[in-house]
Amino acid sequence: MAEVEETLKRIQNHKGVIGTMVVNAEGIPIRTTLDNSTTVQYAGLLHQLTMKARSTVRDIDPQNDLTFLRIRSKKHEIMVAPDKEYLLIVIQNPCE
Amino acid sequence: MAPKSKKRKSSGLKKGIKHDKNKELPPVGEEEEAINMESMGHPEIYPLVLTTKTQEIFNCRIDEDLTDEQPYKLLKKQDILADFSNRAAVSDFYPVKKIIQAYPGDEILLVYDKDFKYGLNFYIIGTEEGKELYFNPPEVPEEQEEHIEFKELTPEDVFTYKPPCSKPWVSLGSEKEIEEESVKESTKQITYMISRKRHEFGAPIKFSDQNASSVKDGYIECTAYPDRNFVIKLFEKDVGMQAIPQVMDTSTQTKWAYPKTATTQYYPREFLEEEKEILKQSKPLADFLSNMSISVEIALQQNEITNTFIDDWKCLAEEEGTFGDKTDTHLKEYQSFTDLHNLTEKMVTCVSWHPQIYGLIAVSVAVRLSFEDRVHFSGKLLLQPSLILFWSFSDPIHPQLMLESPEDIFCFKFCPSNPNIIAGGCINGQIVMWDITAHADRIENIKTGGSRSKKATLKPMFLLEPDMNKEELYIRYCAVSSIENGHKKVITDIHWLPDTFEINRMGSVFENRSGICCQLVTCSADCTVCFWDIRPLKTTTPQPTDKKKEETIEIPSDIPSTFLHLDLSWKPLSKLKLSKGETTLDHCPTKISLGEERLLYKTQDKALAENKAMKSGEMNPYQNLESGLANILKPIEDFCTKFFVGTEEGEVIYTDWKLERDPETGRLMTRKPVGLYTVHDSAVHDGTVHTVQRSPFYKDIILTVGGWNVAIWKENVMIGPLLQSSCAPKRYTSGHWSLTRPGVFYIGREDGYIDIWDLLEKTHEPAQSQNICITMITCIKPWTFSAKQQFIAIADYYGTLHILEIPWTLSHPSANEVLSVSHYFQREVKHLEYVRQRKEIREQEKKEMELELEKKKIKTYQKTKEQLEAELKLEYESYLELERTTLINLGLLKAPDMLPSFMEMM
Repeated sequence: MAEVEETLKRIQNHKGVIGTMVVNAEGIPIRTTLDNSTTVQYAGLLHQLTMKARSTVRDIDPQNDLTFLRIRSKKHEIMVAPDKEYLLIVIQNPCE
Repeated sequence: MAPKSKKRKSSGLKKGIKHDKNKELPPVGEEEEAINMESMGHPEIYPLVLTTKTQEIFNCRIDEDLTDEQPYKLLKKQDILADFSNRAAVSDFYPVKKIIQAYPGDEILLVYDKDFKYGLNFYIIGTEEGKELYFNPPEVPEEQEEHIEFKELTPEDVFTYKPPCSKPWVSLGSEKEIEEESVKESTKQITYMISRKRHEFGAPIKFSDQNASSVKDGYIECTAYPDRNFVIKLFEKDVGMQAIPQVMDTSTQTKWAYPKTATTQYYPREFLEEEKEILKQSKPLADFLSNMSISVEIALQQNEITNTFIDDWKCLAEEEGTFGDKTDTHLKEYQSFTDLHNLTEKMVTCVSWHPQIYGLIAVSVAVRLSFEDRVHFSGKLLLQPSLILFWSFSDPIHPQLMLESPEDIFCFKFCPSNPNIIAGGCINGQIVMWDITAHADRIENIKTGGSRSKKATLKPMFLLEPDMNKEELYIRYCAVSSIENGHKKVITDIHWLPDTFEINRMGSVFENRSGICCQLVTCSADCTVCFWDIRPLKTTTPQPTDKKKEETIEIPSDIPSTFLHLDLSWKPLSKLKLSKGETTLDHCPTKISLGEERLLYKTQDKALAENKAMKSGEMNPYQNLESGLANILKPIEDFCTKFFVGTEEGEVIYTDWKLERDPETGRLMTRKPVGLYTVHDSAVHDGTVHTVQRSPFYKDIILTVGGWNVAIWKENVMIGPLLQSSCAPKRYTSGHWSLTRPGVFYIGREDGYIDIWDLLEKTHEPAQSQNICITMITCIKPWTFSAKQQFIAIADYYGTLHILEIPWTLSHPSANEVLSVSHYFQREVKHLEYVRQRKEIREQEKKEMELELEKKKIKTYQKTKEQLEAELKLEYESYLELERTTLINLGLLKAPDMLPSFMEMM
């Protein structure tokens, strides 16, 4: 649907965004702006990391849940927005 | 009488006793045995105590029966004995019972002792003789008694010596005291006798250890025992506790399986395209995205706004880990080299660091004579060789190599692709080539105090033995250019063209496939710029070869034949004449600066160059390559063929090397110079421009130094220089950009001072000025060896080369220095633009003003004198008005109604 496209495009056009991808609950990419091998790598790794992060949060407090995960590295910042069924991953280069 | 006499008798007795005896001791206490007065000399007298009862019995009552006249009584023995049996022990006569029983007579004399002479009131005389004595006392003359009394007063006259007769010792109790004082042994003494064998005496003693407990009763100990009285009971205890989950340690052993190499290949699960499409259309995805995109966008925007992880302090700080003192900003003298062997006064004309070898620097020296003197002394000059000296840091006295050239060299350069090739320009217009490949090992392995310097001492030339082969020390050049076809005057500048492109005769640029620098460009005082190619020309006609043969001279065998093909027949590829238009005066170039200079300063491309050379597989590429292959080579488009030229008059020219065909004559002609870099249509520099150099950091910034000032230009900005310094007190004679700091450059003066300019610090004057030597500085060349070491070589007019070390502050750029300096240049460009615009506006204004003046002038000449006067008066009045209003405004004058009085006052 057009909304999906439009949203993703909007996110992609932000300043410094390198890539955007949508991954399903099992870690299989659905939509991406990067090349295939990179996407697959990011999807697999980040999916596992998100699961781990979520279980950590819930272990500490069962009433709590993971809403957003940001990983800042020297070069980029990886943002993961988890959901029950999908995962939205955005990679941005924050430095000027 | 009788008692008196008895008394006297007794006293006489007494006295007699006294006389014999010293003392009269009282009788000892009564004992069971009868005491007799033996001690008093009367053993027969036994004192008694008689009680009244006894007195009545025996009729010897005191003062009745026994009076003073008759104090005695004779008692019958029988009566006393009867008394004994009657009264037994109670009888008073009991103590003398034995005496009485032993009394031989029948009657015993009892005497009443009134005076208690013998201690008791009665006494009996125990012997018959005594009784008789009592009754019949011996007659003692009374006179004797009295005589004795008198004689006592004068004993000495009548003292008759009586030898002491021994008497039995009478114990008076002293023996008890003696007994107490005497020492007696209380215990019996024990005697020990210890014997030992004779041979054991004096023998060495052997001591051995023994545990005290090994011997029974070897020690006595007081063992400790817990005493109940001193026990402290622990009532309180401080203990920390931590609860941990149940911990269990277990271990298992796994069966060891031998390692096996195995591989797995996998591929990730992916959706097919159709599935992706389906999913895309699904509603949950859309909802998810619309929900999540908000938070994602917030996060993205956060990052865009600011970088929250920046450490501001760190960014403020300058780079740390500086070596050396930060405050030290002076160039430090490191070494200096002077050729001591040659006696003539020489000056250094050009300096060049060896691009690869550390600490090796080449210097060209020329004789310090003016043109006339040269002509005058030409004979002498011929004998002395013109040299390029190679100096090494390790040996300041002996140059490592000496390159010989036919004439004095005024400029030279190492070939960037092959540092063993050196090209130099002579004073007579020839180009000289050297190939020092054969001697490369000598300079590469320079040790301190080289092998030949041990023997050789510092001797001037004329002291050396004549048979010493001087020529062996010099390395001869291997090629010189053709005299007729080359330059006619001194070559002022020589450059190698980078190995990225090459030029053909037309000046068009082609790519360079050989990977080595093979072309040179020179400029000389005969107002020409020539391009040379060191490869042999592709010859079609055999004629040139014959010519070459004729011209070949016997060349000594030790000269490499690298450039044999060029020797004496070398012609320039193309020649450019720098003319000033119609006038015959041409520009005399002193320095040129090409666009794409292959920077000698970068040494990391060495490997690349070597690889390229090896690829061609030629040991001697110069001979085998052929120029003139330009037709086959691909032309490089959009190449900037323009270059800067600095002239002797102080002008900076920007010209093109492409030749064009003159449409009329069909000859190749140089294009007109594109532009003259001037300020207000006049030359920037007042003297010869001796430095035209591009900045190592910015391709389009050029530094020109000449006369008394410095100028920095930007390539396409023709308005004027970005920076033009004011006139310095002394002439500037050389200059160079700093290699590591974009805003720093070094200028040498004619009084031996070096001015260090820092554009970020001061732009109107040098940041520092330091004295190096006493004479004019002819050449400055900095060089970077490492991050810590940067040297600058300064050559002076007297032939000495000074090497100085550049301190940290001058060699290390501050953070963002490149950016700051480029900003500065941009600002300057804008400033120039603005000035130009203002200039135009000013022009406009000026024109307008002139027009007005013109108009005014036209008007005025028609007026007559009277009109003039009227006008003058009007002017004067208007002036007065003006004065008045001004004064009112200033407050010096009061309101206008006061004016008339003021006027009257005036």
